[in-house]
Formats: sequence, C-alpha cells, structure tokens
Amino acid sequence: MLTVADLQKGEKAVILDFPVDTIPLKLIEMGCLPGNEVELIQTTLFNGPLFLMINGSNIAIRKNTAAEILIEKVL
Amino acid sequence: MSDSTIKVALIGNPNTGKTSLFNHLTGLNQKVGNYPGITVDKKTGTCKLSKTHKATILDLPGTYSLNASSADEKIAIDILNDETNEFSPDVAVVVADVEQLKRNLLIFTQVKDLEIPTLLVINMADRMKAKGISIDIPQLEADLNTKIVIISSKLQTGIDEVKEAILSYNSLSTERCIAAEKIEQNSITNTELISTLSKLELKKVQHRETIIRYQFINDTLKKSYRVDKEKASDLQTKLDRIFTHKIFGYAIFGALLLLIFQVIFEWSSVPMDFIDEIFGSLADWTKDVLPAGMFTDLLAEGIIAGLGGIVIFIPQIAFLFLFISILEESGYMSRVVFLMDKIMRRFGLSGKSVVPLISGAACSIPAIMATRNIESWKERLITILVTPFITCSARLPVYAILIALIIPSERVFWFFNWQGITLMLLYIIGFAVALLSAYILHKTLKIESKSYFVVELPKYKVPLFKNVAFTVIEKTKAFVFEAGKIILAISIILWVLASVGVNEKFENAEDIITETVEQNGFNEIQEVSLQNKMFRYKESLKEEAEETGKTITPQEINSAIAEKTPEFRAAVIEDEIAALRLENSILGVIGKTIEPVIKPLGYDWKIGIALVSSFAAREVFIGTLATIYSVGSEGDDEEGNTIKAKMESEVHASSGKKVFTFATGISLLLFYAFAMQCMSTLAIVKRETNGWKWPMVQLFGMTIIAYVAGFIAYQFLK
Repeated sequence: MLTVADLQKGEKAVILDFPVDTIPLKLIEMGCLPGNEVELIQTTLFNGPLFLMINGSNIAIRKNTAAEILIEKVL
Repeated sequence: MSDSTIKVALIGNPNTGKTSLFNHLTGLNQKVGNYPGITVDKKTGTCKLSKTHKATILDLPGTYSLNASSADEKIAIDILNDETNEFSPDVAVVVADVEQLKRNLLIFTQVKDLEIPTLLVINMADRMKAKGISIDIPQLEADLNTKIVIISSKLQTGIDEVKEAILSYNSLSTERCIAAEKIEQNSITNTELISTLSKLELKKVQHRETIIRYQFINDTLKKSYRVDKEKASDLQTKLDRIFTHKIFGYAIFGALLLLIFQVIFEWSSVPMDFIDEIFGSLADWTKDVLPAGMFTDLLAEGIIAGLGGIVIFIPQIAFLFLFISILEESGYMSRVVFLMDKIMRRFGLSGKSVVPLISGAACSIPAIMATRNIESWKERLITILVTPFITCSARLPVYAILIALIIPSERVFWFFNWQGITLMLLYIIGFAVALLSAYILHKTLKIESKSYFVVELPKYKVPLFKNVAFTVIEKTKAFVFEAGKIILAISIILWVLASVGVNEKFENAEDIITETVEQNGFNEIQEVSLQNKMFRYKESLKEEAEETGKTITPQEINSAIAEKTPEFRAAVIEDEIAALRLENSILGVIGKTIEPVIKPLGYDWKIGIALVSSFAAREVFIGTLATIYSVGSEGDDEEGNTIKAKMESEVHASSGKKVFTFATGISLLLFYAFAMQCMSTLAIVKRETNGWKWPMVQLFGMTIIAYVAGFIAYQFLK
C-alpha cells in the first residue's frame, strides 16, 4: 500500500485510512480524514518533515507519521 | 460583577486573528496572567460597548478543537461548560479565518453543542476578493443556527458590529447546529466519557465524532461557500518555494539570525548608554542630596544601581521580542520550525525548540514558557533544561565588565577587536554547550514519550503593528517586574547582612585600625594603596591640564599631591576600617566560609559573596560588587568612582596582588556562562515541570559544569 511518505513533490493523493491509535488527534482535527485530498508541497534535507497540503491547510508532519497514512494516488 | 458587565470568551483556531480582534476590542486594557494551578496564559481585557455597558473579554488559548487532549483545550472546556466557573462567559465568540472556514468550523460546532449564546466572527474579509471567495451569509446563519459578523482585523472593519452583537447577546441562538442524536457519544456534552473511557477508546470516539462534524460542515459549506479557484493567487506558494527551499531556506534563516543579532546590539547601544547615564546621575544626585551614610549607600549603590542594571536590558529585550513577534506574526517562524526539525532532533530537540532557544538570548523565562507547544514531553523537557545555557541578556553586563577588565581592546582586523571576539565566543560556547547537553540528555534520559510533530504553516501575512507592539510591551513588562522585585530584595538583604556585625571587631573596627596605624604606621599594602591614590590623582591633574590647555609643572603637581596627602591617608584608613567591618559582618562570614571552595577557581571571599547573591539573578553580580566595594570605601574620591576602576584596583589583602587577573577573569566568565544563577528561571521550570526534581537537576548540573570549567581555566592560566 502507498502512504503519504511515498509521495513525490507536487503529487496529490486521497487519504484512505490510518491507525487511529498512533495518528495524533490534532492531525485529525485539522482535516486529515479518509476521503480528503493530500498534496506534498516541500521536503527537507536528511529525510526531515514533510510539508503537506491537507484539507486546504498547510501542515508539516514527520516522516514516520506520514508513513502510517494510507493513500490512493489521484491520476 | 455588575449587571452591565457582559462576560465574553473569545475562542478559535490559532492564526485566525483572534488575538487581533482581542487587541482591537480591549486596546491596552488587558492583563496576562495564569489560570490557577496550570501553565496556560490567561489573557483578559475590558471593552466599552456603550455608555452603560462594558464587557470583560477572555481570550482563550488558540486550539483546533475542544477535545481535551491538551491543557489549553481542557481549560477552554472547563470555562465554557461549567456555569459555576468564575470565568464562565455569557456569550462565546468563535473567530474563524475566511480561507480556512471548513477547518475553523469544527470547534464552532463543538461550542454550539454546549448550548450557550454563540456568535461566529469570520475574519480576514479583506482577502475574500483576492481569493475569489463568496459566502451566502443568511444561508450559513440559518444552517449554523447563529449570527455571523464579517470583520477584517487588518482594515478594522466590522469591529463595531461585533460589539453590537455582544451587547444584544440575549437574542443569540443557544440551539445546537448538529442535532444531538446525530452524535451518539458526544465527548463535548458527555464529560463523563473523558473520565470513564481509556485514552485509546476516547480517541476513537473523538475520531468518529470529528468525521460526523466534518460531514456536516462539508454539507453546509456546499450550500453557501464558493471559491473561484482561478482567482486564488499563488504568491503564497512562490514564497514557500523560496523560504522552505532545501538550501536557500537555511541560508535565509542563517542570514536573518545574523542580521537580527547585529541590529539588536547596534540599535540597543544608544538607548542603553542613555539609561546608564540617567541612573548614574540619579545615584550621584541621591548621594549629594541625602546625608552620607549607610542608608544613602544602600539607596545609591544598591537599589538605584541595581534597578539601573535591570532597566538597561529593556532595549535589547524589546528589540529581540520585536523581531521574534514579527517573525511569528508573518508566519515565517513556523517555516523555521519545519526546516530545523530534523537537525534539532539529532540533539533530542524538536523543530519547535528553535523559538525558545532564540528567545533564550533575551531571557530564559519567556523562552521556557514558549516550550509549551512542543508535543513530545521528552523533547520539551530537554529544551527546558538546556535553554538557560543560551547567553541571556542578564549575563551581558557581567561579561561586559569582566571583558573590559581583562581583555585588551586592541583591534585585530579592521573592525574586530579582542573584546568583541571574546563576547562572540561566549555566545558560541553557550549555544554549543546547550546542544551538547541536549544530546547527552537525549541519550541518557529514559522517558517513554511518543515523539510526534504536527505544525500548521499558516499563510504569510504582513504583521499587524498593534499585535507586535502589544507582544513587545507585555514581554518586556513581565521581565522588568520579575527581575526588578528580586534585585530590590537582594540589595536590601545584602545591605542588612553587611551592616550587622558578628563580633566586637566589627564594633571596634575604627579603634583597632587607628591604633595599629598610629603604632606601626602604614603596612606595605596600605602604602601601595596610598601610592595608587597619589598616582591616579597625578594622572587626573595632567588630564585636566591637557583638557583646559594649561601647562602644569612637576613642582606644581608635587605640591598639589603633598597638599592632598593627609586626605589620602585618611581615605586609606577609612577603607581599612570599612574592610575590617565587612570582614566581620554576617556577609563577610558567609564569604569567608565559602572561600576555600572557590579559591581553586581564583576567587576571593568578596567575589564569593557576589557569586552567592548571583544565584538570585546573574546581573546582581555587579550590584553586589558595587555594594561591597562602596561599603569598602566610604569616601567618594573622584578617581575611583566607577565600579570598573574599583575592581581594577582591588588587591588580595594577604599578598597585595591584583584580584582580577586574566586567569580569574576567564574563570569567572566561564562560571557565569554555565552556572544556573537565576531564581526566576528555577521557579518557572518548577512550574512547567510540576515539581522540584528538574529545577534541582538544572541547578546542580549546570553549577557543577560551571565549577569544573572555572577550575580548569584558572589552574591552566594562573
């Protein structure tokens, strides 16, 4: 399965699912929910955090969190 | 509280302009405090609504929801939900950003579930046109069961409508917007859920609930909210392409930091000199007007000099917070957090530690409070523990005087001089030790703490002057009052300790010294001291002659000195008496007691006293030496007035050698760089970590490092 961590810069995808117990509630509140669109805007050096656009908001999360969010790419 | 005062609570997401609205409504009539028992800032203010009505406005912390997963959210729920709470509002005003309406409405639907009069304020109307946004207000009002006011905190439009709506709060709807039966397990209304469910179960409930709320919001906005995507400008994206660039992003941040520190020192020097002069003349004036004596010395050398030592930091602190608040207001700071996260993580810190570490250069107290938004407890704790290593402005005057004393001011390159380089090195050492100890703590602390990191990168915007100004005023005020209280208390305590004797030597000091001098004449050290006074007088005579353009012959100088010699002899004797008194006062005994401990670092008992009192606050060092030395030389001879001159001429009583040598100076510099000498910081750390364990770790850990560093430096350099 693809996750947000697999996105390339500029790619868009739709969120499918994630484990509720490990994803921070704050992220859910900000609109990281199944069905919403996610786009990778910017990456950082040394595998640092990812700069995403989720639900119209700019959000940065670390790669380990991103790797838990399952996605389906938008063609 | 009178009937004509309406209690209002402002609530909303971060970055919605909630604080701007608060500032517009209350002006300068605001107070920042703490909720009892917890570390959440409580901001309140008053607002005049009409001739007869006032409102007290409570600015709740910016949160994304009322899900009670943080202290900020808990306090918001407690206040909104509990009618008996003293802050319980008559009306809740939810502030939302027009561009982020969907996300901002989540918390609105939660507030509505509490069934209190609610007003929805949609901010940033000025950007609607540029972004191609249109809203069908009557439709949205009907769907959300609320009154809506559109405002622009930037253009200050709609503020009066907000006031009117608050005034007629009785007519605001208290009905929910999502029917109660739609959310079976509602964690907002059913507060029992929070206490009965396990953390994971509760989170699952809240997750389901959030999905239902978002479904409602999506359906609602489809009817009344339109965005013309063509019009959405992409300036934001372009800015982010530069500011968060893998290479340029770091280069820009580095350049900005350099510029900020350069500017802070440059701009501050003028007002700082001015403040220094004012307090100097105030002290002189006090001495002239009041009768000479211990009390005048306390006032002039202790209290006024001590307060001057605080006030002098105001320019630097204000400038630093000016820049920090501009960076935060503009949205740039969260980009820095994003950029720095990975690098900081290597040292066990978070990207969010950057803000505290920068603020630490002004003062650790606001810096440690700025760690509250770091989610991981371990990362937050490490940030709190290492922040005091950053060179704060209280260390500056200590550094300044010691550097002036032991480092020559020769220029090395065309604009660097050794003194400047030393100061820069001290900053670098502080930062390096902070990172190093963070790394060690990261490797040794066994704390299970989930390390997650969620940062919103808000839209860039031009900072509002009012918001920046208020932040600067608030932070500076807090610093002055916190530190001012301590300095005042310490000056008085020191003065009392220095004026109470422990034995008859203190009482008979005058007789003892005069007798000894009458019988044996001056001893070697007293002779040296006399020669010093003569020499400095000679120099001042020459200088005076040069300035006035007159010539002065050696004969004239000698006769002038001869004329003054009895006065000098009396001054030397007086110094001796005062020194003997100090030695036999409580303060002297304290200093003498710790002298064996600090001797390997090159300090005498007088420095020891300054060191002990510095544990209250670092800047007390100078005030203490001023108090001690002024107690030690009663006569205010014109040549030895400045504290630096006094330190320079200070000699060991046993050997007659200078006290402040290069080795002692370096050792002191390092000691002050590392030691935990600030009661206010310890108090804040205790509050933020809920106990005495971590402040004690900090106190002993840092002081041991300081001792070892001072010891090594002195033993190698002496």
